[in-house]
Amino acid sequence: MVHAMVTQALGSLARALLLCAALFSGTAYAQAIEAKSIEDLVAILGAGDFTAKIDATQALATTGDPRLVPILQALLDGNLYARKSDHLVVIGKEQGGTLTATDPLAEKVIGQAPVADFERARVNNRLRTVLQTALGALQLAHPDPSRRKASADALFKTPSVEMIEPLRLAIEHEHNGTARRALVRALAATELQFSEKIDAKRAAVVTLAALADPDVRSYLNGRINSIPETANAEQQELKAAMTAAVVQIERRIASWQTFGNVLQGISLGSVLLLAAIGLAITFGVMGVINMAHGEMVMLGAYTTYVVQLAFRQYLPGGLDYALLVAVPAAFAVSGLVGVAIERGIIRWLYGRPLETLLATWGLSLMLQQAVRSFFGPTNMQVTSPSWMSGAVELTGGVVVTYNRIWIAVFALLVFGLLIFIQRRTQFGLQMRAVTQNRRMARSMGIRSGWVDALTFGLGSGIAGMAGVALSQIDNVSPNLGQGYIVDSFMVVVFGGVGNLWGTLVGAFGLGIINKFLEPYAGAVLGKILVLVAIVLFIQWRPRGLFALKGRAVEA
Amino acid sequence: MTKLLSWARAAAVAAGALAGVASAGPAFAQAAAPIKVGVLHSLSGTMAISETTLKDTMLMLVDDLNKKGGLLGRPVQAVVVDPASDWPLFAEKARELLTQHKVDVVFGNWTSVSRKSVLPVFEELNGLLFYPVQYEGEESSRNVFYTGAAPNQQAIPAVEYLMSRDGGEAKRFVLLGTDYVYPRTTNKILRAFLNSKGIADADIMENYTPFGHSDWQTIVGQVKQFASAGKKTAVVSTINGDANVPFYKELANQGVKATDIPVVAFSVGEEELAGLDTAPLVGHLAAWNYFMSINTAQNKAFISKWHAFIGNTKRVVNDPMEAHYIGFNMWVQAVKQAGTTNVDAVRQAMYGQKFMNLNGQMAVMNTNHHLSKPVLIGEIQANGQFDIVWKTPGVVVGDAWSDFIPESKPLVADWTYPWVCGNCTEPKFKN
Repeated sequence: MVHAMVTQALGSLARALLLCAALFSGTAYAQAIEAKSIEDLVAILGAGDFTAKIDATQALATTGDPRLVPILQALLDGNLYARKSDHLVVIGKEQGGTLTATDPLAEKVIGQAPVADFERARVNNRLRTVLQTALGALQLAHPDPSRRKASADALFKTPSVEMIEPLRLAIEHEHNGTARRALVRALAATELQFSEKIDAKRAAVVTLAALADPDVRSYLNGRINSIPETANAEQQELKAAMTAAVVQIERRIASWQTFGNVLQGISLGSVLLLAAIGLAITFGVMGVINMAHGEMVMLGAYTTYVVQLAFRQYLPGGLDYALLVAVPAAFAVSGLVGVAIERGIIRWLYGRPLETLLATWGLSLMLQQAVRSFFGPTNMQVTSPSWMSGAVELTGGVVVTYNRIWIAVFALLVFGLLIFIQRRTQFGLQMRAVTQNRRMARSMGIRSGWVDALTFGLGSGIAGMAGVALSQIDNVSPNLGQGYIVDSFMVVVFGGVGNLWGTLVGAFGLGIINKFLEPYAGAVLGKILVLVAIVLFIQWRPRGLFALKGRAVEA
Repeated sequence: MTKLLSWARAAAVAAGALAGVASAGPAFAQAAAPIKVGVLHSLSGTMAISETTLKDTMLMLVDDLNKKGGLLGRPVQAVVVDPASDWPLFAEKARELLTQHKVDVVFGNWTSVSRKSVLPVFEELNGLLFYPVQYEGEESSRNVFYTGAAPNQQAIPAVEYLMSRDGGEAKRFVLLGTDYVYPRTTNKILRAFLNSKGIADADIMENYTPFGHSDWQTIVGQVKQFASAGKKTAVVSTINGDANVPFYKELANQGVKATDIPVVAFSVGEEELAGLDTAPLVGHLAAWNYFMSINTAQNKAFISKWHAFIGNTKRVVNDPMEAHYIGFNMWVQAVKQAGTTNVDAVRQAMYGQKFMNLNGQMAVMNTNHHLSKPVLIGEIQANGQFDIVWKTPGVVVGDAWSDFIPESKPLVADWTYPWVCGNCTEPKFKN
């Protein structure tokens, strides 16, 4: 009941708004409308060149006909087709080579035909902008608040004089906070650009100045550029007000930016932590210089790909949760490979670091080439589940992407799990005992060889789990691991070999330092500076940030 | 069991690659000595991702030629070596191809640094190299035919498009690149070009990142900030290889829309997008001389031949593959015309050689060793393909020496009489 009333109210608002838009529309396209019917204009959308399509879209937008929304949306999404034989324009849905065609204006299904009989209507960026603005004007009263916000955002980007009244009306009826803010922003920009009253313009500048929004700064800068030196005193005064507003916005953005840098540093740190944490076991705890560590990460990423492939084949509905299955699968795959490596190669090389280094490096090349031969050299597509796509936009232009939030959470979870295993389980106790004093541990009845294999397997398995996360932000290619091996060693050595907490602090420390250096020094120089700093640091504290103390050190 | 077999096969392939040489067996029973075609592409290491496909393309082209009866009545044999993305190894493998295997021609290389590394070898031994990738120009060798785009066939038209009405009338430019010779030289040319068009240095931001850079948060943030100065801003990307996927993922996640800040890339094609979800990237651009989505009979035939050869209908084709297709076929025509595979004779026969490219236009080999090619601008679509939104009316002659760099402007590359020179200001021979 309530829902019906709301819909009705929205419907009448929509009509009022459209009427407004039509009334206030300039006469620029009036002739085009007279000359051409809606049907003719739609035909142009299907077949004309870009300029013709842009003119047709603008002409259509001024009619305010709500039937146009699906057509314009279809063109924007690439679902508008023209039949090759007679240029009939349809909204199409393609599935497996067949096109289900819908009449664009009557909105009823016409029939199905091979997609080869149709030509898809093309869009370029200029047309795309015009389409978004037109849809914005038509959808200011859309029932979905996020669509209303998108409409307002489109109208903010390309303000037009005829939208002042519709925007005012929409603000009066808007109850959703986010959408309302977007509408107010759009109205202020429109008034600043088109209002005839200087007071309205002044008020608009004040409204805009209160926002810590890079888009607003961009818009104001554009307005400032458009006022010539020779403008009259009133215009000059407005220009000064806008310049002051930009300064105000910039100051606010700058303080947010520092916060943003910390967030980005944490995000980079969590990637470093994930990449290094497995190495903190194999190299840090066991002392094996494991150059094949990166390949364990790579195997984890490929496992993710295979799991997603299996989901796509057998359980397409659950694709969003494939990652949750991939985590244990990657642990198992990389872990088993790790155990095999330890039993097959590394156990013969304990206490001979140079041979270990060469053997594991050779192994890393072999693993890479094996994967390349088996899966092919090209990148594998690992899709991001919907809950990992997109970003949260904080004030001041600080953007935090969902995948990075999840990776940070995941890194901390894995770290916690590892600490738990090391401190609270029987296996963890045996692991520490064997690495600290092998002979004593053996005489206590611990099968040290077995513990070695499992420890190496644990480190490798955790590297595999890191691969699942890294598949979300990086290439899934045979070279995936190479990019992380140097960083991983850097983190472990910097944090203190053998100390998991050191790895944690080291990873986040390096991440944040990197992100503060990068804007000033650039990515290449930033990396060099960090490396030099670590070399100097190791001179000062050879055992890293958190050196192990006591007898364990001598083991 | 089948799994085990395929592993065994994979291991055999790996062993073959490690051994260094794998040959495509000719179908000829008679004793005629085969014509040897060297294939110098990395099959392992960082560049394997791009170059392995080109190796397969060459095998397909050679296979095709043998099915048609070979060349000069002789079978053609591909000699494949693996320089393993190791630049000095490229020079060694090139020498191996020319001296040990005595190949008649070499098709190969991707990165400019590898090309620079083999250049002295080809010049010393008078070999013949066909180089299929778009590059920075500022080079002309008598022993190399450049079948990829020169800057005036890719970079300059792309930037002109961005400055046009359809391209969004960009007034501010961000030049992002990987830190090596191709991006740095290209951006030097672009900066000079932009300056000549009245764009001040303050409106140009240049940024370089290492190979394989994976954390793009800061740079994408900087781009957004640079773009908020109130002028339409566009990004020109010469980012190469592995770093592209994380870059585009970051763009998508931070919501950089093509309608706000379009990114035009010179090293991103169908192959690079194959590992990406392109729905959030719709509208970002790439400039090439060929796109898979071209709707011509030649292109359809080429794609179906490729799918049949590689045994996978999902594999994409890209611009450097077309360059090899043109280059190889021109070489075949030149050999037929010369009646021999002798390098000097073939080189002479190459000049003015014509071959229909996959756009249905005529590619011509010019006397500066560069092809005439059409320039196409494509927008990324949700299906990972490109929609062509702009193209040159005809073909553009490749220019080895850019007119926008003062010191290279007067230089001429012309390997026919009376010039016979790759970087001269006046002909070598005068009456």
